[in-house]
Amino acid sequence: MKKTFSKKQKAPKKPLTIEQKITRRNFLSFGTFIVAGSVAYGGWKWLYNSPEEARTVTAGARAPLRRALNKTELAFRRIFSNNNLVKTYPKNMAAKAVRHNSDIGSEGKIDIDAWKLQVKKHTGEVLHISLEDIKALPKTDIVYDFKCVEGWDQISHWGGVKFSDFINHFKLNAETELQYVGLATPDKEYYVGIDMPSAMHPQTLLAYEVNEKPLPPKHGAPLRLIIPVKYGIKNLKRIGTMSFSDTRPPDYWAEQGYDYYSGL
Amino acid sequence: MKVIKEKHPLAMRWTHWVNFPILTIMIWSGMLIYWANDEYKITLFGHTFFSFFPDWFYSALRIPHRLSEGMAFHFLFMWFFTLNGILYVLYTIISGEWRELLPQKKSFKEAWLVLLHDLHIRKMAPPQNKYNAAQRIAYTAIIIMGLGSVITGLAIYKPVQFYYLTWLCGGYHFARILHFALTIGYVGFFVIHVVQVILAGWNNFRSVISGFEVLNEEPKPIIKITPPSDEKNIQ
Repeated sequence: MKKTFSKKQKAPKKPLTIEQKITRRNFLSFGTFIVAGSVAYGGWKWLYNSPEEARTVTAGARAPLRRALNKTELAFRRIFSNNNLVKTYPKNMAAKAVRHNSDIGSEGKIDIDAWKLQVKKHTGEVLHISLEDIKALPKTDIVYDFKCVEGWDQISHWGGVKFSDFINHFKLNAETELQYVGLATPDKEYYVGIDMPSAMHPQTLLAYEVNEKPLPPKHGAPLRLIIPVKYGIKNLKRIGTMSFSDTRPPDYWAEQGYDYYSGL
Repeated sequence: MKVIKEKHPLAMRWTHWVNFPILTIMIWSGMLIYWANDEYKITLFGHTFFSFFPDWFYSALRIPHRLSEGMAFHFLFMWFFTLNGILYVLYTIISGEWRELLPQKKSFKEAWLVLLHDLHIRKMAPPQNKYNAAQRIAYTAIIIMGLGSVITGLAIYKPVQFYYLTWLCGGYHFARILHFALTIGYVGFFVIHVVQVILAGWNNFRSVISGFEVLNEEPKPIIKITPPSDEKNIQ
């Protein structure tokens, strides 16, 4: 059946010749190619030259890239599970000379006897915990592959108290209802924020030993964080204070353009 | 007489050209990351032949001290790289295009003949459909390499959550080496690919943008010649 679109009958169009078809299709496809290419190039220029993010707990990244990092974090948080454990190794595989990258916040020596870990509860109450109190808790050892954001890694042996054991013993369970743990060195020069699931991972330690000896100053004496589900940048040395919050605590390397989550 | 012969479907052309800038950005941002621990070199019998990468190379491309920037770009564009790859593979499966792409039994033997032909050692190339045997191998290998980059990438990006991928890739170190080697492989592919495209000429190049090639065919006779009816057909 023929449909009549208009009463005026147009003269039937001549079919295009091969040459015309070729020209037409080349025009359309190359036109699209050039337009799409220009849009892509413009998009890249926009992204590359986009302004740095406004300084909050994170800084130093291009604003759209920071948004992307935060979105990507949400995606990978969904697959995070306490059942996924970092691979462990026999003791004899641990490095004798443990690599040391940075001293920010843990320079010089510290008076270990005078040192107390300050735990700031969200109620405002502050606990002062000595190294002896921490050492009195059951000790956990881990030999695992420590991974640096730079790309190197090293099997190392750490000993200390499980973060979750520490929480239970000092009755901090209500704090774990909050989303983040903040840790800082006594001089507040270095600080990290850790999401609660990662902190409560069964392999996260408050470590006071490396290779079965007390931590030397360069490895974070008297107490440091060992968190195998994060890059080294989150493994804060010489912990001075611990706090809990629902908002992201300040994080040294997240202020330098790195991913806040930095999870493995 | 000129004839239009359809060659590359729209989906293939789009995913091909979308992949090009994405892969470029992935390689560049990957180098920004690699620089922070640039430990790979080619060493044979204690002699280092080449270090990845020399200083002049880094400074020419302004690579040093951009680790955080590289990670931010890499972990955004990885999504697009993966998604584009999935779309392409789905398309080839659903459309049946995979029949033209996957190597056949004879492809491995034939690819050798194609190579000899391309190097002007042998005169005849084996008969082919859309792609010759060497192309079938190359275009399938590049997809497997892409999948390899995603898997080795995840293995070093989330080695705890994807511990089974890290195990599958032979551990964290080997996964990182594979991830790097695959990237070198892309660069090698790119060089050969571009040389081949230049040698193949305009008609071939155009087909990856507009989808068709123009062939010159002998005009077919319009009137069928039939034997006169009074003669007996001898059959």
